[in-house]
Amino acid sequence: MSTITIREALNQAIREELARDESVFIMGEEVAAYDGAYKVTKGLLHEFGPKRVIDTPITELGFAGLGVGAAMVGLRPIVEFMTFNFSILATDQIINSAAKMLYMSGGQFKIPIVFRGPGGSAFQVSSQHSQALESWYAYFPGLKVVMPSTPADAKGLLKSAIRDDDPVIFIEQERMYGIKGEVPDDPDFTIPLGVADIKREGTDVTIVARSLMVPVALKAADELEKQGVSCEVIDPRTIRPLDIDTIVESVKKTNRVVLAEESHPICGVNAEISMQIMERAFDYLDAPIKRVSSADVPMPYAKNLEDLAVPDVNKIVAAVREVAYLD
Amino acid sequence: MPKLSPTMEEGQISRWLKKEGDKVAMGEPLAEIDTDKATMEMQALANGVLRKILVNEGQAAPLGELIAIIGEANEDIAALLSEAPATAPAQKEEAPKAAEPAPAPAEQPTPQAQAAAAGAAVNGRQTAPAAAASSGRLIVSPLAARMAAESGLDLRLVQGSGPGGRIIKKDIEAALSEPKAEPSAQRYPRAVEPARFQAAPVAAASAYRDEPATQIRQTIAKRLVTSLGPVPHFFLTTDIEMDRAAEMRRGINALDPDLKISINDIVIKVAAAALIQHPEVNASFQEKFVRYYEHADIGVAVAIEDGLITPVVRAADQKSLSQIAAEVRELAERARSKRLKPEEYTGATFSISNLGMFGIDEFTAVINPPEGAILAVGAMTPKPVVRDNEIIVRQIMRVTMSCDHRVIDGATGAKFLQTFKKILENPLYLVV
Repeated sequence: MSTITIREALNQAIREELARDESVFIMGEEVAAYDGAYKVTKGLLHEFGPKRVIDTPITELGFAGLGVGAAMVGLRPIVEFMTFNFSILATDQIINSAAKMLYMSGGQFKIPIVFRGPGGSAFQVSSQHSQALESWYAYFPGLKVVMPSTPADAKGLLKSAIRDDDPVIFIEQERMYGIKGEVPDDPDFTIPLGVADIKREGTDVTIVARSLMVPVALKAADELEKQGVSCEVIDPRTIRPLDIDTIVESVKKTNRVVLAEESHPICGVNAEISMQIMERAFDYLDAPIKRVSSADVPMPYAKNLEDLAVPDVNKIVAAVREVAYLD
Repeated sequence: MPKLSPTMEEGQISRWLKKEGDKVAMGEPLAEIDTDKATMEMQALANGVLRKILVNEGQAAPLGELIAIIGEANEDIAALLSEAPATAPAQKEEAPKAAEPAPAPAEQPTPQAQAAAAGAAVNGRQTAPAAAASSGRLIVSPLAARMAAESGLDLRLVQGSGPGGRIIKKDIEAALSEPKAEPSAQRYPRAVEPARFQAAPVAAASAYRDEPATQIRQTIAKRLVTSLGPVPHFFLTTDIEMDRAAEMRRGINALDPDLKISINDIVIKVAAAALIQHPEVNASFQEKFVRYYEHADIGVAVAIEDGLITPVVRAADQKSLSQIAAEVRELAERARSKRLKPEEYTGATFSISNLGMFGIDEFTAVINPPEGAILAVGAMTPKPVVRDNEIIVRQIMRVTMSCDHRVIDGATGAKFLQTFKKILENPLYLVV
């Protein structure tokens, strides 16, 4: 075990997979000579050379399409978006090409590609650069969507994503690159896609959280423990396919649910999780499901408004107290 | 007026257990209500003060009618009072909860708590209890509903502690853990009034007095006209020699006097045995189909203070005589003190009415729909019987079975009665 940051864990995952399989390569804006806008690809150009670590022009649709073509002929591209906000330009290639190719070719063309980069809110980068887009991509059959919240998850899940034969949307969180945690040293350490992780066990309320909301939910759980409420924190880690079984098992135990997410509430991933809980555990609910999301507004630039727009410990604590009938 | 029995349409206040100005706690007995079946205790639906009684003792109110107001001691209830129907019972409102949500028990209200309460009011949560109460629906969490169904708990008797009075897991657990309240049998005093007669408007005609029909009398009236009117009755009568049955009874009771087996217990047992042999009689007509029952659930008519009720011995065909005897005794006792639960006096497949103890030789009984038949049992008396051209004395009991002709035909009923008579005259059949 080594204690490293999420940034270093992602770097290790890419390095190990580049070394393990020569069909793997990475491309994107500034990934090579500049070591990556967030330094995730640090040292890779030096180690693997310009055929495996490729700087692209500022042309998201173009290099996403190059990636899909490369995947069709047998390579395993990792496409870095400087942030997922810029992936919006590439959605025709992601949604119409990558997600559909296996189906439209009658199974002849697999698309083993990873689209990765940071998503969600950062610090005062305003409305166009603070978006949580996971519900967009999770909407489409043919895509897998992964969101890690710890260094170990980041490494184990990214390695699985690179080895997976389907297109994977791998959304990191800009605020979380510096978070440290223990990561196994085994170069074959992977975490399967589609398996949730119980980040904290509890008995009274289930909090489902992903990405940035996991550390926030864990802090809320600490605070709530002092108030006599035992929270179970579940991190689905993969949004599609969703490990609803683990969530439902927890709901059967606690009978109360708070769903925390950084995206907007309307048509968000939590709307879907909430529906699936209702379908599968209705008779176990003792309170309506409560959702904590970002404000339903474009992200404000002003620091004070940005703080109000993003879910925090207090909002999760208040939601848990409400479903536990404490207020 | 809450719904306290499955067939109740209105209730009569038997007694208020609190007076105006008394403090009441959620779940505390508030009044005794005469329903169509029994006298039931009504529990308070909120914490607060009983501010106003709107329906006095002896008066009746339809389901959902406002009968009292519970509120804060100094709360303005003028608006509620103006809505309350003084005479016209058209209102469809349950006793409203106190408008203020009950503060968290055993907690000093801190400024934050008060601020939170105020915030809640702004968010419209404060109006929720009233809305919930006025719709007349029980608000129950899915989990609490399932727990109640699994444990057979009547949710109407559970007080919800969640928002808007929602019944939640905690309330079910509390209700299941508390010992069953045993309403005392002695708690139904009736106002004793000297009978006062009033003169008839016609000269020389008898004086009379009008007494309000009790709930149970009204139900009996309603139920029975649904029988003899629409149900085509026919009657089958036979004499039964009871010497051997009487001897068996003496023998059993001599073995163990505590068993206290009665002739009627033997009649129940034999009827159940005969019904299992004649399933076409253990049946009911259901308009589009005929329903046949697996077991013989025997309704036993019991006379009570102001009417009658038929507690049910379930699956009497599977029970021993001593079990039947003990069960009938216990059910009859509780019937007389009006403490039967609705499921204990509904859903029989066949009924028996015995007026032998009143010296009645023979009578016909009215079928209790949807049952297919009822057996009217007369007194057992010594009678002369011709046997081998000689007159001998036998204990004779005459029974008359009323049959619903839509499901039982003459020959079908007669065959059943034949089997019944055969077993009763030779009770050894019960063990072979």
